Amino acid sequence: MRLQTLVWKELRERPSAMLTSGLAILLGVASLVFIRHVTVHSEQEVSRQLSTLGANILILPKDASLQDYYAADQNGRTLPEEHVSEVLLAGLTGVEKLSPKLSVPAKVGELDVTLTGILPQSEFQTKAAWQTVSLFSPKKHDGCTKVHVAPSAADAAPEALAANRTIEQLRKHEVVIGADVAERTGLKAGANVELLGESFDVLAILPRTGTVDDGRVFAHLHAVQRMTGAGEVVSAIEVMGCCEDAAGDLVPQLSKLLPNAKVVTISQVVQTQVGVNRLMANTSLFVLVVLVLVGGASLAGAISANVRERRREIGTLMALGATPGFVSRLFLLKALWLGVIGGVAGCLLGLGLAVWLGPQWAGVSIQPLPGVSALAVGGASVLALIAAYWPARRAARLDPCVCFQEV
Amino acid sequence: MFRLQDVTKTYTRRAETVTAFQCDELEVATGEYVAIVGPSGSGKTTLLSLLGGMLSPTRGRVWLGEHSLYDQPIAERARLRRELMGFVFQTFNLVPYLTALENVQVPLCLAALSASDQRERATAMLERFGLGSRLHHKPTELSIGQQQRVALARTLVNNPQVILADEPTGNLDPDSRSLVLSALADCHREGRTIVVVTHDPVAAQQAQRSLRLCDGKLSATPDVSVARVA
Repeated sequence: MRLQTLVWKELRERPSAMLTSGLAILLGVASLVFIRHVTVHSEQEVSRQLSTLGANILILPKDASLQDYYAADQNGRTLPEEHVSEVLLAGLTGVEKLSPKLSVPAKVGELDVTLTGILPQSEFQTKAAWQTVSLFSPKKHDGCTKVHVAPSAADAAPEALAANRTIEQLRKHEVVIGADVAERTGLKAGANVELLGESFDVLAILPRTGTVDDGRVFAHLHAVQRMTGAGEVVSAIEVMGCCEDAAGDLVPQLSKLLPNAKVVTISQVVQTQVGVNRLMANTSLFVLVVLVLVGGASLAGAISANVRERRREIGTLMALGATPGFVSRLFLLKALWLGVIGGVAGCLLGLGLAVWLGPQWAGVSIQPLPGVSALAVGGASVLALIAAYWPARRAARLDPCVCFQEV
Repeated sequence: MFRLQDVTKTYTRRAETVTAFQCDELEVATGEYVAIVGPSGSGKTTLLSLLGGMLSPTRGRVWLGEHSLYDQPIAERARLRRELMGFVFQTFNLVPYLTALENVQVPLCLAALSASDQRERATAMLERFGLGSRLHHKPTELSIGQQQRVALARTLVNNPQVILADEPTGNLDPDSRSLVLSALADCHREGRTIVVVTHDPVAAQQAQRSLRLCDGKLSATPDVSVARVA
């Protein structure tokens, strides 16, 4: 028999009391693990999207609100399409591509979708008025240190729209379908689909992006303008800068050029999103601190009560030759086990919840983070030891004469 | 074995000081069997605690052999208890969540013996007390007499030189009482020093010397002689 045996035997003797005291630790650790997993993966996803979108700039109606880059054009407000021409004609250095968009609600069968009108890049090159502007001039990157977008043959495929945010060719009777819409309606490339009372051919199905683009149907901008009667307006103009250096310089120039529009970089939109995430994380952290304090206090109370209940046993052990250090270790080890068990159980619970709820609540898939899990279990163990320190010290200082008393 | 020099133990409760025990000189020789008798509250348990190194006197010195007990650090007093003393308690003080075997193993565990040595010695001691078939029973699954025998086995498993017993027959039926007294007599025959605090006249008469405690003060009782036990 060892000290460990005494601790285990006693723990098994009173499982319900110990379960109650470990519950607060379990909930605290579960919250920590859940919040950290969702926050970290959410930030990683935002970072991934940011690097994918690179130097993009959005031109939006002045009063548009910013929450999600991908949904920035879905606020119902519009700006004139002629802003596209103004940007082109201004000949700003570093503008790689432009993508005006008009988004309206529509239905595919019974399914609600967002119909987004986009202008294929081929039309920029064929439009006579734009032929002479600097967008198509070899000097367009003067002053840029890094070219971000390198054109390739793969860009010509309609599926490239998911990654490049632009499409080379799209006729007025053609649509490109997002992955979710295709999955839920069973539409395939070459099929026919009716939108706002008109028939369209499905040119391609986009690969899944994990963004609101999966729920969109992309059609020609002018077809959407005509069908909705909106006129020559767009919801947003996406400007693909050739590099991040250029994007930084372009914002003030575009703001000056289009005083009635809002010009934002992708990083500004993402920062708004990250800020909201951080606020949620901080709020959750406060709840976590409260839970940890409650957990620590609960465990300290349980160990104190345990010391009171076992006074005569402690006295007897001391009469048999146990040192104060042995008695102290008896309670600290018990608290440590409760911390480790509560921590591991809480970690598994938090991880399970994060894997299950992460995709639904935050739109991100969750992979276990060993560092966070180890920190949570370690933290719970240290908390348990701190909580048990004073009761254990009191036990070690008990008068061994209590072994002679009827307690 | 024990020597008390000018020992006083006082307690202060609500600004009132009470003398629980006072003794100018007391000596218990090695191998001696001493009974302490006296009414409740006379200081018997205080004396036992002082001898066991568990209660520091307010004044004076308690010697165990060459060691002045209360001049030793707490851990050293614990070591002396572990290696030299065995305690018998009125209510047995068995650890309720341990089996009979594990209860007897506790002193061996505190002495850091290996698990196999602990099991071997504890089993032998329980068999000596006729509990070979009750090794894995918890105290609640044993009769009162069996519990006291487990407690005795635990007391003796470390082969202590001194046995300090607090009302060892107080809660027992006649058969169990005989068994305990017989065990104490055996220990005495083996040369151990025994100090028994008791209300039981039969237990007191078995001792070589009987001391009466009254209001914390010791006096010899004239009717007990060395010859009776020897």
